[in-house]
Amino acid sequence: MKTQRNLLKLFMIPVLMFGFGYLMVPIYDVFCDLTGINGKTGSITVAEASQQKKVEERLIKVEFVSSVNELGPWEFKPDQFSMMVHPGQAYHATYTAKNLLDKDAISQSVPSVAPSKAAEHFNKTECFCFTEQAFKANEERTMPLTFIIDPDVPDDVDTVTLSYTLFTKSIKS
Amino acid sequence: MNAHVADTHEHHGPEKGLMRWITTTNHKDIGSLYLWFSLIMFLIGGVMALIIRAELFQPGLQFVDPQFFNSMTTMHALIMIFGALMPAFVGLANWMIPMMIGAPDMALPRMNNWSFWILPFAGTLLVATLFVEGGAPASGWTMYPPLVLQTGAAFPMLIFSVHLLGFSSIMGSINIIATIMNLRAPGMTYMKMPLFVWTWFITAYLLIATMPVLAGAVTMLLTDKYFATSFFDAAGGGDPVMFQHIFWFFGHPEVYILILPAFGIVSQIIPTFARKPLFGYSSMVYATASIAFLSFIVWAHHMFTVGMPVAAELFFMMATMLIAVPTGVKVFNWVSTMWRGSMTFETPMLFAIGFVMMFTIGGFSGLMMAMTPIDFQYHDTYFIVAHFHYVLVPGAIFSVMAAVYYWLPKWTGNMYDESLGKFHFWISTIFVNILFFPQHFVGLAGMPRRIPDYSVQFTDFNMISTVGAFGFGLSQLLFVYIIIKTVRGGEKATDQVWEGAEGLEWTLSSPPEYHTFTVQPDVK
Repeated sequence: MKTQRNLLKLFMIPVLMFGFGYLMVPIYDVFCDLTGINGKTGSITVAEASQQKKVEERLIKVEFVSSVNELGPWEFKPDQFSMMVHPGQAYHATYTAKNLLDKDAISQSVPSVAPSKAAEHFNKTECFCFTEQAFKANEERTMPLTFIIDPDVPDDVDTVTLSYTLFTKSIKS
Repeated sequence: MNAHVADTHEHHGPEKGLMRWITTTNHKDIGSLYLWFSLIMFLIGGVMALIIRAELFQPGLQFVDPQFFNSMTTMHALIMIFGALMPAFVGLANWMIPMMIGAPDMALPRMNNWSFWILPFAGTLLVATLFVEGGAPASGWTMYPPLVLQTGAAFPMLIFSVHLLGFSSIMGSINIIATIMNLRAPGMTYMKMPLFVWTWFITAYLLIATMPVLAGAVTMLLTDKYFATSFFDAAGGGDPVMFQHIFWFFGHPEVYILILPAFGIVSQIIPTFARKPLFGYSSMVYATASIAFLSFIVWAHHMFTVGMPVAAELFFMMATMLIAVPTGVKVFNWVSTMWRGSMTFETPMLFAIGFVMMFTIGGFSGLMMAMTPIDFQYHDTYFIVAHFHYVLVPGAIFSVMAAVYYWLPKWTGNMYDESLGKFHFWISTIFVNILFFPQHFVGLAGMPRRIPDYSVQFTDFNMISTVGAFGFGLSQLLFVYIIIKTVRGGEKATDQVWEGAEGLEWTLSSPPEYHTFTVQPDVK
């Protein structure tokens, strides 16, 4: 009897550890979100953004970068290459993407912010990266984003680079 | 005739023919099966290593195309780790643990049969990937996405093979833990167990805690490729770096799975030939347990260059360096055991001393890489290749060879040829150093690993290395010859075999009966 109880306990270890392997996925996400590692940016509501105080005396340069994953059939460019912004104020920027295929396609853009210590202070109230973007064949479209840099952003940050990678989610045949 | 039948019935000897091996539940039979399987895989993996070294004899592309070269590095690692080393240790555990703790057999003999017989299928599945469309996996044994997702038809075979290997080692480990917990002879308290039993006890826990994590990680790869999940796919909100974290959460304990049983073997052999009890027995046990614990909190030192916050890099650097403390305790204990002992240098002792020396070289280069800023220079160069081959070849593999020479007379009842054994040790040791030592230099100079071509200034050292590789490879044919010769016959071994040998296994006859310790001995 004792042996069987021991065995049951022993077999539970691999089962639990298999589950733990999967549990590492949400743990990893939460950890990166909390610490801003991995360039994960925050998102806040418009109401929250309007409560932040504009810091007049500080100017931060925001650079916009784009890339297309695995040479997908896309043209993808920021419409402005950089902006000077005050922390605590919301700004509007746009990217333009074009589907180069003669077929409908769905894209997903994934953001990343460098340096990583600025990432958790870089918040977006609106972004084309929040949802999948459907494109008709050969359609070209300007996609908006509204961001606000938190007034708590570390003092030594004077340039923030925002990069988007555009992925092909699916292509309709 | 009648007497013979009655006799076999009484002693319940082995069945005859092939079915004996397929249906066996005897720990000695299964131990032998594991060891033969391991030897075959060792030779297959070795041929792959020689293909790699032949290609690297000169700069430029000579013999194989780059894709196949990368298949060779990937398959060599997978076969050597999962096919050769782990089964070798499980085979030794099967043979020796019941005999060392006075148990009649393993606790779960039928599951024991299963855990072995899964292996040939897993191994075949893995080796068969060489012949499918798209070639064998070529992404490195670490299977990082997104590269590994580009593997062709071999991909699902690789994943299922890893699953099967995982099942086999989890079942084997549970069996070992159950045996040690429940079947010790009366009086054999935990702190009286031989150190080989202790290190395996701890290793088995590492295995059941980490193999399922690997199974989870490769299952995620499988669903990412075929079932549209996005665990590691940035387009779907996943992250390829997360795979590296999950993989190395398994991968780092795995490297201790490959070395802790080796520590146990060496801790059996050195006292025998120094004719002194092991120095610091209980500190050895605690050191093993500390290494096992630390192995769970150092995984990110495999990925210092991936982009981590400084705080994390510092933590993993410090934790990694901390492992040097219990490891140092072990090395000093082995040296202290030899200190003022009446040493003789039979083949197992030579391999054990070779292990202590050369494992320590690998340990030191490991300490160098533990330092985050220095690791940025060494990462993915031949320096790391030299490091882990020093701990795994003249480390783990030498310990397996030491164990085979040490226990082969007990298993077969025949002494091996001592002068051939010594010759095998010396040519192996000389060639293994010719093989791996120059790789430190080319690594420091910046030669990247897993690339079939290199800059011309690395040519001399690579040529030396290749010469060493072929020398080492051919030396192992001598090992195979010595084993087969000993199994077939030779000078009869005594029950104690070695003058200084102590422990329950040496109280049995050489070779032992098919069933031993059916009445458990009393341990004082």
